Amino acid sequence: MNRRKLSGDFIFEAVVGFFALCILILAFLLFRELFVESGLSRNTFGLGFLTSSTWDPVKEVFGALPFIFGTLVSSFLALLIAVPFSLGIAIYLSELAPEKLRTPLSFIIELLAAIPSVIIGLWGIFILAPFIRDYLAPPLSTYLGFLPLFQGPMYGLSMLTGGVILAIMIIPITSSVSREVIMTVPTHQREGALALGATGWETTWIAVLPYARSGIFGAVILGFGRAIGETMAVTMVIGNSQKISGSLFSPSNTMASVIANQFSEATSNLHVSSLMEIGFLLLVISIIINIAARILVWKLLRVEGGGRA
Amino acid sequence: MNRLKILNILIIFILAGVLLAGCVSKQPTEITLNGAGATFPYPLISKWSSEYNKIKPNIQINYQSVGSGAGIKQITEKTVEFGASDAPLTEKEFANLSGILQIPESIGAVVVAYNLPGIEKGVKLSGDVVADIFLGKITKWNDPNIVSLNPGITFPGKDIIVTERSDGSGTTFVFTDYLSTVSPDWKSKIGKGKSVSWPVGLGGKGNEGVAGLLSQNPYSIGYIELAYAKNQNISYAYIKNKAGHFIEPTLETTASAAAGAVSALPAGDASWSSVSIVDAAGDNSYPIGSFTYFLVYKDQTDQTKGKILAEYLWWAVHDGQKYSSDLLYVPLPNDVISLNEKTIRLMNYNGQPLI
Repeated sequence: MNRRKLSGDFIFEAVVGFFALCILILAFLLFRELFVESGLSRNTFGLGFLTSSTWDPVKEVFGALPFIFGTLVSSFLALLIAVPFSLGIAIYLSELAPEKLRTPLSFIIELLAAIPSVIIGLWGIFILAPFIRDYLAPPLSTYLGFLPLFQGPMYGLSMLTGGVILAIMIIPITSSVSREVIMTVPTHQREGALALGATGWETTWIAVLPYARSGIFGAVILGFGRAIGETMAVTMVIGNSQKISGSLFSPSNTMASVIANQFSEATSNLHVSSLMEIGFLLLVISIIINIAARILVWKLLRVEGGGRA
Repeated sequence: MNRLKILNILIIFILAGVLLAGCVSKQPTEITLNGAGATFPYPLISKWSSEYNKIKPNIQINYQSVGSGAGIKQITEKTVEFGASDAPLTEKEFANLSGILQIPESIGAVVVAYNLPGIEKGVKLSGDVVADIFLGKITKWNDPNIVSLNPGITFPGKDIIVTERSDGSGTTFVFTDYLSTVSPDWKSKIGKGKSVSWPVGLGGKGNEGVAGLLSQNPYSIGYIELAYAKNQNISYAYIKNKAGHFIEPTLETTASAAAGAVSALPAGDASWSSVSIVDAAGDNSYPIGSFTYFLVYKDQTDQTKGKILAEYLWWAVHDGQKYSSDLLYVPLPNDVISLNEKTIRLMNYNGQPLI
C-alpha cells in the first residue's frame, strides 16, 4: 500500500472519526445525566411514578401518568389525522403530479417544517383553537356526542386541538419520507401492473404501496417520534390540565410540555428530579421509536439501493 | 515603487493602530455583572441596566430572565453575581445558601381578571369567593355568593371558565399565597407554590397565555400581573381586603399594603420565608401583592466586582425607584429602602465593607 496515502487517510479518518465520536459521547452524557439526575425521583417513587396521577409540587408528590397519557393520546390522534393526508400528498407528488409541480409543491410542504413551533402555537391559540371550538366541536358533539370522546364542554384548548396542531407539524416529515420511499419503488413494478391492465389507482394500490409498505410505516413512526417530543406548540394549545379524561374536548398535558412549563421555576430537588425522570422516559421512548423507524426505512432503501428518482 | 507605496501605507496603518490602542487603553476597562432570575422584574431591571450604563458607561449589567428557580440555582452555583426571585427563599433554600442577602427591589401586584361581556368594570370579589371559584365549588356567575357581593350588577347564569398559569411562576406563588391566607380550605387542599395542582381550569403559558385564554373565552376568570392587565386593558375585579373594603388594584393600593408590612420585616441576612404582604392590614391596602427580591452574597470574593455590585444595588433601591411607576411597578416605601441600606452595607470583601 502507498505510504503517503496511508498517512493522509489516517489523519482524515482520525479527524472525522473524532467528530462522529463527539456526538456519541454527547448522546451518552445526556442519557447518563438524565439518569443520574432522576435518581432521587426513582428512589422516592419507584415504579409508582409511572402509574400515579397525582402531580402536586406543593406537597412534593409526583406521578407521571397524566403526562404519559397525554403524550401518547395526542400523538396517536395526530397520526390518525396526519397519515391519510401525508399518504395522499406522497402519492400525488410521486405518482400523479405533473413534473413541473413536483418540486415547488414538495418544497412548500417541507417549508412547513421550518416554521418555528412557537409561531404555529400562536396561530393555534388565536385561529385554530377558536375555529375548532366554534365550528368543529359543535357538530362533533351533536352527531357523535354519544361517544365519550366528544362529551363535555369545549373551550378551544383541548386534547383535540393539540392533536390537530401536532398533525400539522408532522405532515411535512411523514409526507416527504413517504414520497422518497414511494419513489424507490422500481418502475418495472408500475409497468408490470399497467401491462396487466390495471388503472392508475389500481397500480398505486396493488403494485406501489405494498412494495413501499414498510418504508411508509417507518415514515409514520418518524412522524410519531416527532409528535411525542414536540413541546412549544402543544403546550400552547393543549390546556395544560393534569386530569386524565376520556373526552378529547378536555384540556390535557404532555410530558414535554410539563417540563417546559415547570422546569425553570422548579426549586425543590425532588421536583427537578421528577421532571428529569419524565425527560428520561421521553428520551427512552423517542430512541426506541426512532430506531424502529430507521430500521424500517433503511431496510427498504437497502434492498432497493439507489433507486431514488 | 509600487511595493514602496504599499509599505508606506502599511506603516501609516500600524502607527495609527498603535496610537489608537494607546487612547483606548487609557479608558477604564469594561466590567460586566451577570444576573439571572425571575421574569416578573425583567422590564424594570433591564431599564435599570440601560440607565445605569448611561451613568457609568464602563459597567454592563446583564440580566437573564430565566425564572426564579433557575436564578436561585445559578446564584447557588455562583455562575452569576446576583440572582432575582419573586418569592422569598424557603427555609430549605435559605439553609442551602449560606451568607445570602435578600434585598426587596420592587413590589408587584396580581389582579383577578375576568371576561364578562357587558360588565367591563366594577365586579367585586372576596378572597373566599375567589378561592371557591378556583377550587371548583362556585361554578356559575350568578352564584348567590357572587351576586350578594355585587348589588346592582346582573350576572348571567353561565358557567365560570377558570384559567390559570400552566408554567411555574412568581405570579402563581403570590396568588396561591393569598388564597392560602384567606381560605383554610385552599390551604389544606392546594397550598401555595410557583406550580400547584389545580383542581379545575385551563392552563395558559405566561401572562400572555392566560390573557389569551381570557380574551377568547367569554365568562372566564383568571389571574395576571397588574402591569400586564393595565397594558392590555383587561378587566379586573375589586378585592375585599382585611379591613373589609373593596379595593381596586393600583400602584398606590399595593404600596399601601407593603407599607403596612414593613414593621414586621426581618433583617436582610435573616430568613424571609414567612414574609408576605398578602391580605395586609390597612384601609386602602390591595390584598394580592408581593416583594420581588435581589439575591446576593454577603461575602464577595472579587473586590472590584463586589464594589460595583454593591453600588449598583444601592443605586437601584434609591434612584432606580423613580423608573418604577412608568413601568407599572410599585416603588419601595421609604422604610424598606432604609432596611435595604443596612443590608447592602453588610456586603464585604474579606471583612472590608464595600460601600
